[in-house]
Amino acid sequence: MTTTSPSTAIQTPASTPTASPTPQKRGRVASILGRQPLGIAFAAPYAVFLAVVFAYPLGLAVWISFHDYFFAAPGASVARPFVGFANYATALSDPAVRRSFLNVAIFLVINVPITVALALLLANALNAAMRGRTFFRVAYYVPYVSAGVAVVSVWLFLFSKNGMVNQVLGSLAPDPSWLVNSTLAMPLIAVFVAWKQLGFFILLYLAALQNVPKELYESAQMDGANKWQQLRNVTIPGVRPATVLVVILATITGANLFSEPYLLTNGGGPNGASASPVLVMYQKGIEQGNPDVASAIGVILVIAVLLVSLLNRRLLERD
Amino acid sequence: MKRFGRVTVLSLGALLFLFPFYYMIITSFQAKPNTSLAGAFPFGGWTLQNYREINARVDLLGSLANSGIFTGGVILATLVFGVLAGYALARLHFRGQGTLFSLMLLVQLVPFQLLIIPLYVMIVRSYGLADSYLGMILPFAINSTAVFVFRQFFLQLPEDLFAAARIDGAGELRVLWSIALPLVRPAMVTAVLLTFIGPWNEFLWPFLVTKNANMQPLAVSLANYLSNIAGRAANPYGATLAGAVVLAAPAVALFVAFQRHFTSSDLGSGVKG
Repeated sequence: MTTTSPSTAIQTPASTPTASPTPQKRGRVASILGRQPLGIAFAAPYAVFLAVVFAYPLGLAVWISFHDYFFAAPGASVARPFVGFANYATALSDPAVRRSFLNVAIFLVINVPITVALALLLANALNAAMRGRTFFRVAYYVPYVSAGVAVVSVWLFLFSKNGMVNQVLGSLAPDPSWLVNSTLAMPLIAVFVAWKQLGFFILLYLAALQNVPKELYESAQMDGANKWQQLRNVTIPGVRPATVLVVILATITGANLFSEPYLLTNGGGPNGASASPVLVMYQKGIEQGNPDVASAIGVILVIAVLLVSLLNRRLLERD
Repeated sequence: MKRFGRVTVLSLGALLFLFPFYYMIITSFQAKPNTSLAGAFPFGGWTLQNYREINARVDLLGSLANSGIFTGGVILATLVFGVLAGYALARLHFRGQGTLFSLMLLVQLVPFQLLIIPLYVMIVRSYGLADSYLGMILPFAINSTAVFVFRQFFLQLPEDLFAAARIDGAGELRVLWSIALPLVRPAMVTAVLLTFIGPWNEFLWPFLVTKNANMQPLAVSLANYLSNIAGRAANPYGATLAGAVVLAAPAVALFVAFQRHFTSSDLGSGVKG
């Protein structure tokens, strides 16, 4: 369907309309509203939606993070003085917040390599005409389309103290058990998320593999390259744009982590060892009623995600 | 030999992905959980008790209806307003088009979860929309990925088609309804599938908005059961997994039934452009 990479394929629509022989008056309207002003009416509901639930809240989050903000009854007028970076200082000096950022780093270090390696391996194996292809493709995305809450309950059962995983491991079972073990809780969440999202990333890689020219494999074979060399020198460079996308999406998933620590490790336990920034935001902002500090955490997180995404792009796209 | 290796890798992968689901279904029908490896292949002890138990604690039908209204509202708004926006972005030239397009891409980069505090302040505190369907639906109402998919598909249609219809005197709504929409029907299915899993599986937002148990979607009521009540049940895992089966089944069934609309090429055009 498409043969271009994500970075080049996204073209912005033409902004300058082509000249057409129209009367003077219509020309003036067109120069202000565009050639087809009806487009504004068509796009208006979506534009308003983006303004109300995306742009305005983003601005509000930044505003709240610089003020002494607390919940008040609707309509009540209360003073919310400007406090500069005080909320940021409170957030950054809180060990729970720092721990949650460290946890995201642990998450990414484990989740991203597993995701990229397994998704590429399985997409590569799936990229051939054969029997049962549809079955495998569907089997792989079943976890992705299932509700997190539903699959968390199975993992909870599998990895509980007397669960099947420990039964199979016997004396090798970790003590304390997986979900209450402060070293293993976060890595297990990273593996869980990799398992859940893998099907989607396999589809992305499968799409990218269609764009690697067949001739490259033929000439590599002619030069005597074995399967492993073909993978390293043809496939991996060929799907690099998809890898950039996968890494960025995995970073966003890591930044969004909430229901896994909330449910799988009973609120980010043990002792905050698996708490995510969004979980801490929820605890500070809504449970403890400090939306200002929570907003500061949110703003720091957005900046961190954008920085990590840019860095990934730089690192992975250089040649 | 080469084929054998490929099938082995794929089968191991399938086992890894499907086993937890198999285990979830098996355990939800077992009277007593058996966590040994043999417990995954039971011969007897089948029961519906777990489903009765979870239904007594969580109103399954009511929660499913809430999930359905939440998801249905999002799909409806996405289809109506998302198609209009996608068509305008692909086929009409108007002021602000480039800005809107960039904004649409940007939305997909900023994690929704990070907006929960301001959205909570606005929707729950200022507008008083707690425990309402509108409050649940609002932040998800128009799925930006779906708008992007619509735009990509409208963009692929030949311009002559539109020019001809316009010369024949068709208005833009008529062109969209009678010419463009019938041609992108497969894209509609892909977009509906993509939109469906968002609200159906969403946990954090409805969890924040609904405190009244009668308004909670199934994902929220099941999670509450999991973290509050499960410990007191006779067979806590059995009942939880019975609820998990009910929650996962509609999405899985939908994606199995419409699997040919959710392939790498659909996603490739949707995600990559």
